[in-house]
Amino acid sequence: MALNERLLEWTEAELRVDGRALDVVRAPAAVLSADGDQVDPKAPETVQLAADLVATMRVSPGCVGLAAPQVGVGVKVFCVDVSGHPKTRDHHGTFVLCNAEVVDSSRNEKAREGCMSVPDLTGDVKRAGRIVVRGQLPGTGEEVTVEANAFEARALQHEIDHCYGYLFLDRVAGAHAVYARKTYL
Amino acid sequence: MTLHAITVLGHDRPGIIAETTHRLAGLGLNLEDSTMTLLRGHFAMMLICAGDARDTEIEEALAPLTADGRLTVTVREVPEEQVERTDASSWVLTVHGGDRPGIVSRIIGEVAAVGGNVTDLTTRLAGDLYLLVAEVDLPAGVDAEAVRRSLAAAAAELGVGVTLRAAEADEL
Repeated sequence: MALNERLLEWTEAELRVDGRALDVVRAPAAVLSADGDQVDPKAPETVQLAADLVATMRVSPGCVGLAAPQVGVGVKVFCVDVSGHPKTRDHHGTFVLCNAEVVDSSRNEKAREGCMSVPDLTGDVKRAGRIVVRGQLPGTGEEVTVEANAFEARALQHEIDHCYGYLFLDRVAGAHAVYARKTYL
Repeated sequence: MTLHAITVLGHDRPGIIAETTHRLAGLGLNLEDSTMTLLRGHFAMMLICAGDARDTEIEEALAPLTADGRLTVTVREVPEEQVERTDASSWVLTVHGGDRPGIVSRIIGEVAAVGGNVTDLTTRLAGDLYLLVAEVDLPAGVDAEAVRRSLAAAAAELGVGVTLRAAEADEL
């Protein structure tokens, strides 16, 4: 799998604004179930939102990704950083994508997921283990295509789902695939 | 050989399953299907077992479980059920949103209206969030898109979100 060099070198320093740690909203907040709006990736408010998402992810224990609806903003922007996770295979470090969509996917795998917006439940979700995602970088608006596998692929699908108003609960494998959380990070 | 449906409900503690199954084994009963979970912290187990013991003997054997008054046990002989092969399609239905009375009845009513059968159901209340996940068989010929639309309309009335998707089984 070829890593995207542009995403690998990207850091939030490119945004040139300070991110603020925001409050994370929890289900059943309506914003989590609404299809997010497309954004202008060059708009100052998108750049600020991108920085805020990264800052909020950084201060949240165990958080490997955060989407705009989770901070109460109904738009298609998210950040991920799976670099420190044991299930990660290949990864691109920290990056933010706007208006992202999955353009190709394969190799379904089931794993248990949690979400900061659904703090009391976890669930088994089948997702592609290899995906191709297309989106735009905040600030420059450059179009990027990223190939991801394993845990990074899962994180991307989880965050893109948020941008379209879906929670992992909408994808759980069955009635006995939802669990009350016993340990909190 | 007879079949017996047994329920054990009440205060959770370590050892309930070990004790129950030990006593059933002592009667020569064979555990067939069973399910156990915690419902808002309450122990809840249902099982079907087969053997030659009568209901009254099973009740007697399980009586010590209920001695402290914190567990309830019921035993009832049940007939063999023939599980019919069907050409129904299998779906997973998820509903989540703010808790309010009537979510399950309204949503599952839409499933029943087209002859759909719920084969598994879990609901959870976590804080303000109410979640329903059901496995549903829809009879052959039912238009799943139409069901999806009627579910979406019911969900909109309730102010909750609903998804209905095909239950995938990967044959290996």
